[in-house]
Amino acid sequence: MHLTKEEEKILNGEKGEVMERLFRLLVRLGDIYGADKMIPVGSVQVAGVSYKSIGDPGTEFLEDIASKGAKVKVLTYLNPAGMDLENWEKLGFPKDFAKNQLRIMKAFKNMGIVVTSTCTPYLAGNLPRFREHIAWSESSAVSFSNSVIGARTNREGGPSALAAAICGVTPNYGLHLWEKRQPTVKIKVDVDLNFNSDFGALGYYVGKQVKNKIPYFTGIKDANTDQLKALGAAMAASGAVALYHIKDLTPEADLVKKDNLETLSVGKNEIKETYDKLNTGKNPDIVIFGCPHASLREISAIAERLEGKRLKKPVWVCTSRMIKEAAERMGYNEIIARAGGSIVADTCMVVSPIEEMGYKTTGVNSGKAANYLPGFCKQEVCFANIDDLLEGQL
Amino acid sequence: MKGRIISPGKVEGKAIVSTEPIGFYGGIDIETGIVIEKGHPLEGKSVKDKILVFPYGKGSTVGSYVIYGIKKNNVAPAGIVNKETETIVATGVILAGIPCVDQIDIEKIKDGDNVYLDADKGIIKIQSV
Repeated sequence: MHLTKEEEKILNGEKGEVMERLFRLLVRLGDIYGADKMIPVGSVQVAGVSYKSIGDPGTEFLEDIASKGAKVKVLTYLNPAGMDLENWEKLGFPKDFAKNQLRIMKAFKNMGIVVTSTCTPYLAGNLPRFREHIAWSESSAVSFSNSVIGARTNREGGPSALAAAICGVTPNYGLHLWEKRQPTVKIKVDVDLNFNSDFGALGYYVGKQVKNKIPYFTGIKDANTDQLKALGAAMAASGAVALYHIKDLTPEADLVKKDNLETLSVGKNEIKETYDKLNTGKNPDIVIFGCPHASLREISAIAERLEGKRLKKPVWVCTSRMIKEAAERMGYNEIIARAGGSIVADTCMVVSPIEEMGYKTTGVNSGKAANYLPGFCKQEVCFANIDDLLEGQL
Repeated sequence: MKGRIISPGKVEGKAIVSTEPIGFYGGIDIETGIVIEKGHPLEGKSVKDKILVFPYGKGSTVGSYVIYGIKKNNVAPAGIVNKETETIVATGVILAGIPCVDQIDIEKIKDGDNVYLDADKGIIKIQSV
């Protein structure tokens, strides 16, 4: 890989120990994946924020970097933390967990990272432009920015994204290159998709089948950004899909080459099978929406259904601090609270310790959450659409 | 067999082979090194001190920290062999210092084989049991 004189200096340790260590990681990755050079990034999004995910080893790693005075060079946002950073005590998050989580947040803040913890940075003030090079790590946000916005990022590991933030560059390979953004499999969708959970089921099914390929979808007539977020998140979780194209809907779909691709068909049966497969339990103890973080439109839909109702069992809506603020002004939070539900900001069900909070069965409308909850939170899962889930809690 | 060097080092150990991809986050317990993903072919098995063989990584990008974490907790595999190592696993093994090579025809490695991994040169040698 070609390095500039300035970059050579970083490798020689002239910019300090932390820069040298992190830049070395980027150079190693660049060499492995055949990058020709480093390219500047417009923004970064760092995963590996919850204490539950990174544990003591990760916490010490971050504190070490922060204590040596490392600062980020570009706008950098964070993935969800393991708890609501303001309202954790009231929601019942364990105290010792909170103590460690706050250590992590402090280390990030000292590095100059915006301590907005969300898996939907694009809804909360970190929005890349078409063809902008970025280094993001949250797998659903990578999928959204690559596919729906047409920005360019690889699936960064938490530490490689942090390295890109502190060095301001990323190696030029993979999805930064136009020829690597071409579809490698065609998905023919022949079923009506109505609920966001239908898009989650489609994503879960396709991710399992195509693993790390780049799908080109046909037959999806319409989808809003909430539905595309659900689709991409599920595909990134059950497989490793970092980019997809949809005929007539996503910005690069008209531009890519899509001849002679292997074709996979998805119909009513595949979607039904996926719902059946993801349903491992019934009668949820808690229903959690907002994986990825709920948009204002999704919160308004929940508020509309809960207006004047009374919940028998808890309902959480996970979102970013910014969207929570907007929902507050619209009175949605109050409607949901009056029904007995909670708006939970900064965190989500997958990275929070819900199994330690006494919950055994969780209801979700997210294919991504349904994928992770059994392994990571030891939960039985009810996977259904918003109407059925809310009906069950009343 | 010769592959691509992902992270250097020389190790020897028994192979634990997964034909399915592995997502380290939510797939492997950071304290015990045991595979916890429901329905995964390696569910319930420990990767500690083994040569972990799988096609490629999948799932969450937090996986890099889980690889780093299992190394710090002394429950990491001795080495990793992939068909194709993607960024998440590469970042994790480089940071953790776990020897790793990819572009290996992993179908030739069987569960329980003795594997000698020289990731300084990108070479692996298999001794069937």
